Amino acid sequence: MFGYYLLLARRSLRRNLALTVLMIVAIAFGVGASMTTLTVLHVLSADPIPGKSHQLYYVQLDPQKLENYLPGREPNSQMTRLDSRLLLQAGRADRQVMMTGGSAAIEPERSGLQPFFADARWTSSELFAMFRVPFLAGTGWTAADDDAAARVVVVSRELADKVFGTTAVVGRSLRVEGTQLRIVGVVDTWRPVPHFFDLNVGAYREGEQLYVPFTTSRELKLGRNGSMDCWDESPDPEAEGAPCTWVQFWVELDTPAKAAAYREFLDRYSEDARRAGRFQRPPNVRMRDVMDYLAFNKVVPEDVRLQTWIALGFLLVCLVNTVGLLLTKFLRRSGEIGVRRALGASRRSIFTQLLVEAGMVGLAGGVLGLGLAWLGLIAVRHQPAEYAELAHLDLPMLAITLALAVVSSVLAGLLPAWRGCQIAPAIQLKSH
Amino acid sequence: MHFIPILSTLRRHRTAAVLIVLEIALTCAIVCNAIFLIGDRLHRMDQPSGVAENELLRIGLTGIGTKADAGSLTAQDLAALRAIPGVKSAATIDMVPFGGSSWNSSISLGPEDAASSVNAGMYMGGPDLIDTLGLQLVAGRGFTADEMVDFDAAQAQKVHIPSIILTRGAARRLFQDKNPIGQPVYVWGKQPQIVVGVIDQIARPNEVNGPELFDCAMLLPVRLTYTNAGNYVVRVDPARLDEVNGEVEQTLDNVDPSRIILEHETFHQIRREHFKGDRAMAYLLVGVCLALLVITALGVVGLASFWVQQRTRQIGIRRALGATKRDIVHYFQMENFILATLGIVLGMALAYGVNLWLMGKYHVPRLPAEFLPIGASLLWLLGQVAVLGPALRAAAIPPAIATRSV
Repeated sequence: MFGYYLLLARRSLRRNLALTVLMIVAIAFGVGASMTTLTVLHVLSADPIPGKSHQLYYVQLDPQKLENYLPGREPNSQMTRLDSRLLLQAGRADRQVMMTGGSAAIEPERSGLQPFFADARWTSSELFAMFRVPFLAGTGWTAADDDAAARVVVVSRELADKVFGTTAVVGRSLRVEGTQLRIVGVVDTWRPVPHFFDLNVGAYREGEQLYVPFTTSRELKLGRNGSMDCWDESPDPEAEGAPCTWVQFWVELDTPAKAAAYREFLDRYSEDARRAGRFQRPPNVRMRDVMDYLAFNKVVPEDVRLQTWIALGFLLVCLVNTVGLLLTKFLRRSGEIGVRRALGASRRSIFTQLLVEAGMVGLAGGVLGLGLAWLGLIAVRHQPAEYAELAHLDLPMLAITLALAVVSSVLAGLLPAWRGCQIAPAIQLKSH
Repeated sequence: MHFIPILSTLRRHRTAAVLIVLEIALTCAIVCNAIFLIGDRLHRMDQPSGVAENELLRIGLTGIGTKADAGSLTAQDLAALRAIPGVKSAATIDMVPFGGSSWNSSISLGPEDAASSVNAGMYMGGPDLIDTLGLQLVAGRGFTADEMVDFDAAQAQKVHIPSIILTRGAARRLFQDKNPIGQPVYVWGKQPQIVVGVIDQIARPNEVNGPELFDCAMLLPVRLTYTNAGNYVVRVDPARLDEVNGEVEQTLDNVDPSRIILEHETFHQIRREHFKGDRAMAYLLVGVCLALLVITALGVVGLASFWVQQRTRQIGIRRALGATKRDIVHYFQMENFILATLGIVLGMALAYGVNLWLMGKYHVPRLPAEFLPIGASLLWLLGQVAVLGPALRAAAIPPAIATRSV
């Protein structure tokens, strides 16, 4: 029976080609626009470190002066250098890292290459293990290197290629801001989306080109990037003990129990600092895991959400349009339906037949819409946005696209099909 | 004219009529909001910067390692830049309007007076900064050479910055209607800075501190070097902008080739870059509006064609009874007008609702009432254009059809 309905549907759709094309194109545009924006939304709100995002926590303390204090208000978004160092040394979490963004001039020794600036991360040693950074060669450095401010560097695959023309560079040295650093590791292409561990330097930026121990970067006075918030004057805001927050501090805690214990530890730490006179405010600790942290900071650009709503509104109009067109199409065939009913077809089979026809329109619209979404994403990739090149269709989104098209067109077909199967055969036969 | 017969016909085709009204309403709601959002974005892109945009170049540069002689190199750089034919003046600055990265500080009326404090963009530069940027001094005076303070000394709190120039927006927020000239404010250090001048405006590099504080900025008399300022601004005879633009990098390279030029752009490029997201959004919204209008028009055509076909006999009878072709066309036009009006009325309410919802969720301002008539007339026009084809086809039905049985 289903095959017969397909045949009938094909015939009917062919008979009124202009109308059919119109319906298919309308659905395709609605689906294409929706899937383009939904894909962008899906990519931008992805979990940057699946499987581990609930074990990594971003830590905030409240080291500010008492004035303007309101209980419960959000503390500074980053940490002071001193607190970060003390928490790092306390080592109460499974792993912990303190870091900041930076940039440094690289002076290649290969002739013909000009000095250039590269984005960098000044960080303590456990970053690589915590964030599952993939190594092409070598490894990160050790905690002992942190303590000794060792002159070591981990470089990205791109930087190694650019400076040395090869990625087999472990053991060689790289001239960074006039100082030779020994390369201990090469990181394979790594770009977590979003760039969750430091949103200050851009939430969807590319990965860093080099990593240097935090302590080393301070000894060499390497430039830092990101934001800094000071609540008092300071001759050197980057010095340890300066009243400025500019360091990110992440901890890894495997179980919720450990997380709860760590939170208590931070409360005690704040209370002790207050008793010692270093903090003025009561403990005001924040610990958010990766997804909470991203949601709290609203990393997905507002315009992307707005675009998604606009596209869904567009799809809705396209669907109402399709409902209207299908209705006119089915009612136009009242005569044919009347004959089929008179010959014994039940209402139910008329209903199914019409729904099959609606589904076919939807499927065609979906396939075309998929093509349009693909074109739309190419257009998005040419947009002037940091995240542009990330906009790609993946398998789940592909499946959702087709499902969206068919489900929405079958839904759109429900009302017309129901009206169609209500046609009374007697009147139709009489009027002919 | 045939108001009553049209209504009774529509009542007999309730489902189709409701659908087309709904489609027009949704389109009206979305198009009204989209047009408004487009206007909002265009307005944002047109925000004045307060500087002489047609005449400015910005060069951002940095050195490798620490430079002991950064101060003298900076002086040499500026002298070399000024010597380029076509350059009117050149200065150091810590940031540029719409440039993205910013220095901000709070200004308050007392030493620890958080209640009165206003967050403002912190521009630093010398006596020549006002002329180089082309800022408009509306009260008081610019900086004098003896007020200048070295950045590093100020940072280490070895010297006190004596004076400050405010934008009109910052002055109004701090002093309301009072004359700000001569008043002390606290920005940097425990000693106050005295307001010596007010400039009309200078845009901030970004909107991090909120759009409502966008007109709040200050100038401080701080002598910068290329290592801590990072930026030179060059004011050029607009006729020779391209010529000078091609020469600046070589000029700086001649002074000291060891430095890296990070940014080099005209002010037009800075503005373009800053508002690129808004521009893309505006184009997208225009595209969505056009697509919506086309789809809705096609929907109207589809429905009207169906009704024309369905009513072929009735139309024939009317024609046979003496109705002119024009009467038939008018009938369909009137019918469409009634449907469009219903849709528009519903659409306006919907547009308002959508706007309220967007206001709650995103940074979208209230939809001004004058946008509703724009959407309404657009859809009336659209409906009339779309229905014309089917209506003319209906008018072409010969009266003789009434005598045939379909």
